Amino acid sequence: MEVRPFNDISYERFLSEEKLMGSRCWKCGAFFVPPRCICIECYGTEMEWVEIKGKGKLVAFTCIAIGPPSMIKEGYDRKHPYVSGVVELEEGVRVVARIEGIDGSKPETIKIGIPLKVEFLHRGEGQDLTTFLAFRPL
Amino acid sequence: MQKQRKLKRGVAMVGVGMSKFGMFKDKDSKYLFAEAFNEMLSTVDKGVDPEDIDALYLGNFTNDFFIHQGHWGPIIADLIGLTPKPATRTEGACASSALAFREGIFAIASGFYDMVLVGGVEEMSKRSTEEVTQGLAMAAIPYEVKAAFTFPGVFGATATAYFAKYGANREHLMNVTIKSHNNARLNPKAQFNVSIRDIMDQRIERAKHKGEPVPAWRDEKEFLRDAGVNPVVAWPMHLYDCCPISDGASCVLLVAEERAKNFTDTPLYVVGIGQGSGKGLHAKEDLTYFEATRYAAQEAYGLSGLKPEDVQIAEVHDCFSIAEIIHIEDLGFFKPGEGYRAVEEGLTRLDGSKPINTSGGLKCKGHPVGATGTGQLVEIWKQLRGEAGERQVPIKDLRIGAAHNLGGTGGTCTFTILERR
Repeated sequence: MEVRPFNDISYERFLSEEKLMGSRCWKCGAFFVPPRCICIECYGTEMEWVEIKGKGKLVAFTCIAIGPPSMIKEGYDRKHPYVSGVVELEEGVRVVARIEGIDGSKPETIKIGIPLKVEFLHRGEGQDLTTFLAFRPL
Repeated sequence: MQKQRKLKRGVAMVGVGMSKFGMFKDKDSKYLFAEAFNEMLSTVDKGVDPEDIDALYLGNFTNDFFIHQGHWGPIIADLIGLTPKPATRTEGACASSALAFREGIFAIASGFYDMVLVGGVEEMSKRSTEEVTQGLAMAAIPYEVKAAFTFPGVFGATATAYFAKYGANREHLMNVTIKSHNNARLNPKAQFNVSIRDIMDQRIERAKHKGEPVPAWRDEKEFLRDAGVNPVVAWPMHLYDCCPISDGASCVLLVAEERAKNFTDTPLYVVGIGQGSGKGLHAKEDLTYFEATRYAAQEAYGLSGLKPEDVQIAEVHDCFSIAEIIHIEDLGFFKPGEGYRAVEEGLTRLDGSKPINTSGGLKCKGHPVGATGTGQLVEIWKQLRGEAGERQVPIKDLRIGAAHNLGGTGGTCTFTILERR
């Protein structure tokens, strides 16, 4: 089996295949998402890919009313804010991601700690196709 | 544990300058830096010959993106007649000029140079808010950008984590904003030199004048709760939680300690410097502090032999209201989780026991990102020398002041302690 380099290009490619992948250090077992090519625990450089099951909980969030041009193009604006957040996965690591299925105009109703599951947002076409990591309430 | 650091030769500040901060369609980076440079020359009590400056270190973050011009070191060196002497640009996002300051310290402490000009400049207001938001996001980490976090968004998420851990809420953030505006009202160079009360009065007057319904805000907090005047930017960060888009420049003249008295009888000695770096949001174990700030603080306290309680006033990097609360905890002024209560009790006000951001902070003084680090030192200079005018803090024997600068989403943090002897 092909072993992809432990970098952001591979991480992105896995996302486009609807897989959330991290790297585990062979030597000490430390686990990183997104992947690292150098283990910051033991400086080991031998890694293996491990797939994340995709369940976690919300640890922090924000509802963004003034977003970058890419989000404005998706239809988000001051009246329709989107949600971004920090998610703690069952595996114990954290990722930053877009949070779907929550109304960004009602931030008071969003609770820290709610359970979430992974989702992959494919945007653009052809060469511009990009997959964004997202989570949605269970 | 950090190593105990030391400088091989002491360094002192003998002059400072700052342009007015604001949004200026008719002023460019060169003009702004000239404003700061000319003021700096006028603040050197016994005078200085610019020919004696050995080198320039200049902080700048986003001019490449916003005005499509990079390589600002030699451009500014030429502006002030410094060529062919060396000019080096430093980049640490919003902490760019604090890095310039640090490089200047090292250059003098090593014995290589005797007099160095350090400063920063930024020209941001010629772009739309969306473009500026996108440009600043270049200092976030790639995963945050991809998750569509903006800068206000990163600090918004930080605030939700702080609220969840310590039980604070939006009302506590408002105390920071109200205080910043009260201080900036007394700072003629501030971008918003008005109190929240002044803004309310102006709006009420305007409504009366136009024959529109007159707003009935009872106090500042009711004004800040009004979504019509204080809309969400990135929950829970609202407009009045966020620093503005600004143009500006600032600079500081550094000399070897043994030469300081040739230029002024009241130099400020650089007794502590520290710098740290930090990870992105996803890699932080706890979102309610910045490890880079704590590291920088430890380094600066270690070098100076001082403790947090010895620092009498400080400028801290309040790019967003929540940030000020977290920094005053990370710098050891208040315990973790108690910063918001200290602000609520008025301890950080101009007349409090630990005045913070007497200039009005980034929120009100303005935040031309590359100019902010040395701009903070300008305020500490004024306060420690008793030259802060109406906003002079009423502390007796004011000798120790400090400045904390943060770049990106906490990727670069610096802490500097100054002493008047």
